[in-house]
Amino acid sequence: MNQQKLIREIFSGNAVIPIFAVLASFIFGGILIAFANEEVQEASGYFFARPMDTITAVLNSVFGAYDALFRGSIFNYQAATPQAMIKPITETLAFATPITLAGLGLAVGFRSGLFNIGGQGQIIFGAMFAGYVGLSFEAPFLIHMPMAVLAGLIGGALWGGLVGLLKATTGANEVVVTIMFNYIALLLLTYLLKTPVFQAPNQVNPISSPVAESSRLPGILGDGFRLHFGLIIMLAMVFVVWWLLYRSSIGFQFRALGFNPNAARTAGVNIPLTYVLVMAVSGALAGLAGASQVLGADKQLTVGISATFGIDAITVALLGRNNPFGVLAAGILFGGLRSGAVLMQANQGVPVDIVLVVQSTIVLFIAAPPLVRALFRLPKPKAVQA
Amino acid sequence: MRLELKQITKKFGDFTANDKIDLVAEAGQIHCLLGENGAGKSTLMNVLYGLYQADGGEILLDGQVQNFSGPGDAMAAGIGMVHQHFMLVPVFTVAENVILGHEPTKALGFLDIQAARERVREISSRFGFDIDPDAIVGDLSVGVQQRVEIIKALLGDAKVLIFDEPTAVLTPQETDELMGIMRQLRDEGKSIVFITHKLREVREVADKITVIRLGKVVGEASPTDSSEHLASMMVGREVDLSVHKNPANLGEASFKVNNLTAFNSAGSKVLDDVSFEIQKGEIFVIAGVQGNGQTELAEAILGIQERVTGSITLEGKELLGKSVKKVLDSGVGFVPEDRTEDGLVADFTIAENLMLDRSDRPPFARGVQLQLKKLHQFAEEKLKQFDIRAQSIFSKAKQLSGGNQQKVVLARELSRDLKVLVASQPTRGLDVGSIEFVHEQIVAARDGGIPVLIVATELDEATQLGDRVAVMYKGKIVGIVSPDTPREELGKLMAGVTK
Ligand SMILES: Nc1ncnc2c1ncn2[C@@H]1O[C@H](COP(=O)(O)OP(=O)(O)OP(=O)(O)O)[C@@H](O)[C@H]1O
Ligand SMILES: [Mg+2]
Repeated sequence: MNQQKLIREIFSGNAVIPIFAVLASFIFGGILIAFANEEVQEASGYFFARPMDTITAVLNSVFGAYDALFRGSIFNYQAATPQAMIKPITETLAFATPITLAGLGLAVGFRSGLFNIGGQGQIIFGAMFAGYVGLSFEAPFLIHMPMAVLAGLIGGALWGGLVGLLKATTGANEVVVTIMFNYIALLLLTYLLKTPVFQAPNQVNPISSPVAESSRLPGILGDGFRLHFGLIIMLAMVFVVWWLLYRSSIGFQFRALGFNPNAARTAGVNIPLTYVLVMAVSGALAGLAGASQVLGADKQLTVGISATFGIDAITVALLGRNNPFGVLAAGILFGGLRSGAVLMQANQGVPVDIVLVVQSTIVLFIAAPPLVRALFRLPKPKAVQA
Repeated sequence: MRLELKQITKKFGDFTANDKIDLVAEAGQIHCLLGENGAGKSTLMNVLYGLYQADGGEILLDGQVQNFSGPGDAMAAGIGMVHQHFMLVPVFTVAENVILGHEPTKALGFLDIQAARERVREISSRFGFDIDPDAIVGDLSVGVQQRVEIIKALLGDAKVLIFDEPTAVLTPQETDELMGIMRQLRDEGKSIVFITHKLREVREVADKITVIRLGKVVGEASPTDSSEHLASMMVGREVDLSVHKNPANLGEASFKVNNLTAFNSAGSKVLDDVSFEIQKGEIFVIAGVQGNGQTELAEAILGIQERVTGSITLEGKELLGKSVKKVLDSGVGFVPEDRTEDGLVADFTIAENLMLDRSDRPPFARGVQLQLKKLHQFAEEKLKQFDIRAQSIFSKAKQLSGGNQQKVVLARELSRDLKVLVASQPTRGLDVGSIEFVHEQIVAARDGGIPVLIVATELDEATQLGDRVAVMYKGKIVGIVSPDTPREELGKLMAGVTK
């Protein structure tokens, strides 16, 4: 089975599978939480004497953890002020912004049959371009901010488009190239952060100065919150991507290429050009995620600017079935896991890593069946039309 | 084994594909299933093979009611199926393929591949197949792959064998051999269900014929009935089996192929100095056994054949070296030989497939904005005009029956503004009624004053449709003859015998 077919299969299927995958992963996470819990371990020592103790301890640990996750990611009903009560959901959305933007980018690639896993690198390039514009001069806000955002978009588009160009001209496999490009981007950023290009004066650490006030994405809801204008950009992009994929002739050709490259070629789709376009669009969206981080969230360039957003984005695209609205939903879920994990650890002593486990099991549940079939070259257990 | 289907009903949503179908196949008989495209033949067979669950009715084998929850159960009960689209794993060897699904094992669960090899050899020799159990399936020709499917079915000790349009992909020679195999299987006492659209084959091998239409059994027929009678039973109206066309009204030769030579990636010549001209208002048929360069010729015209030299001109303009898009835009209508691979996007709707090569221009797009209303209107029209049997224009191409998929491709290409039409096996897999329709459309295109190039493997189609017939053999055109040339002579040309 070739790579494209595999990708298509992993991403095909209906909405039921992702929902069940999420449910199953939470259940699995719950089991791990219970196992790791000290009270549960203690109580299970005398399980046969007093089984109820163990059961209570299990329920306490799991409900406690998931309650903390809820309070940390959606609504903290225990908080003192109304502000603090709604803060968690705004945190969730703040995390969801870059993840969803990059997820949308990857979804465009996957829809078109290109397995772009270069989200990390494209976010970094977006951040570097946006950061450069934000750092190097002052200008009126209405000019400076859009310029910086646009620069981020272009940075991502160039870095992604380059991969498309390599694939189109040399036939290079985009999976391998994007992985390598992630390293190149990160090392380049690390290097530049130690040169005067980005490094703040009088700094020994690889950190830039804050970007100019006029280039920043303004906050939403005021100073107490991290939420910023990047959220609006992200929501707009959900619609833009939907329009691109389902209402434009460009997206139509993207999808034709993704589903059946042979038929697309026979129908006159310029395949090399489309590779470049797809990767550029894909990278542009990831680039926006980078811009949103540097101009809205961190307000300066650091080596950790892309966090693991570009990797989470793969799962988010997968979970959202490459549908822009699905990606949005999955992005918010992942944002929530990230923001909730903190409280879960602080409050219940559940390690943050449990969230990673939940995220990874989601991937496993969705991707495994086709992957296993592909690895063992089993035929698809489905009727074929004659 | 006696197979009995009683009141089988199968629905897809609101759509009833099989409506209370009764069918009895006796041991030692070849039972033909006839029906239009989309009549429900493949669906019925998939129910029988356990791929679909029936919504009503029962399956009986020797009087015993069966309950199949998957093909595994059906195989275990003695049912084997040769699918139209082969279900083989190309990277596996013949032996590995035939045991896939019911792998014989030795102690400790080790695969007993040696035993599989033996069985393949044994069955091969019984039917006179020449098949190496260690050959990689992907390297075998279509006809041989089909034999692997047959071996696979027999290995499971099948007593009922289903053949779903097995001859659509075979050469005439292979077809004759397959019919011999079916007779031999019948004489061994198997029950055989045979689906085909070719009435000649039906009349040659059938012991019994059941005709279904719109999901219902409309009656039985006898192999001695005339083709016309069978055809009208299938379609529900009189069908004209011969092509009617007025004498050609020839214009200038606007489509020219000169000294076309091409090599494949292995370096061997696949097109050898091919030259011909087609006049406006003329149908030029390339006949020949499949695999003699026809595919490469068609692909060279479209612009996807590599390593090709010579020239192809349309109204004086060179096509060779241009991109596919430019070629299509210059007025080339192209019907590819393999509709599922090259002609359609299976996961797209009918409507989307109908604009596949015109999605970037009016009426389907304004700027880059798709005009979905216009597209849907257009699709509704084409659905009617080409009698595409589907629930709606939003049905996915993969949900269509084979014949209806082909009609979608034809509808798309014939509704463009064409200067030349190039169609490879335009009627492959179509029922007699649709063939009549497609032939009319092709003749209409010719009478509209454009040159038409048809690649045909069926001699009947070649001689009936063509105004001139060229025979290709090993990448060369070995003769260009009039369509009333005797069959034997054409047959000789196709075998490469030139005087
Ligand atoms: N999976 C499916 N979902 C929805 N409709 C289907 C599906 N499979 C088949 N159909 C519909 O059922 C009808 C019968 O299809 P089927 O493939 O059985 O036809 P057929 O008799 O084999 O035709 P052909 O000769 O063209 O192969 C068709 O109208 C088809 O569109
Ligand atoms: Mg069929």
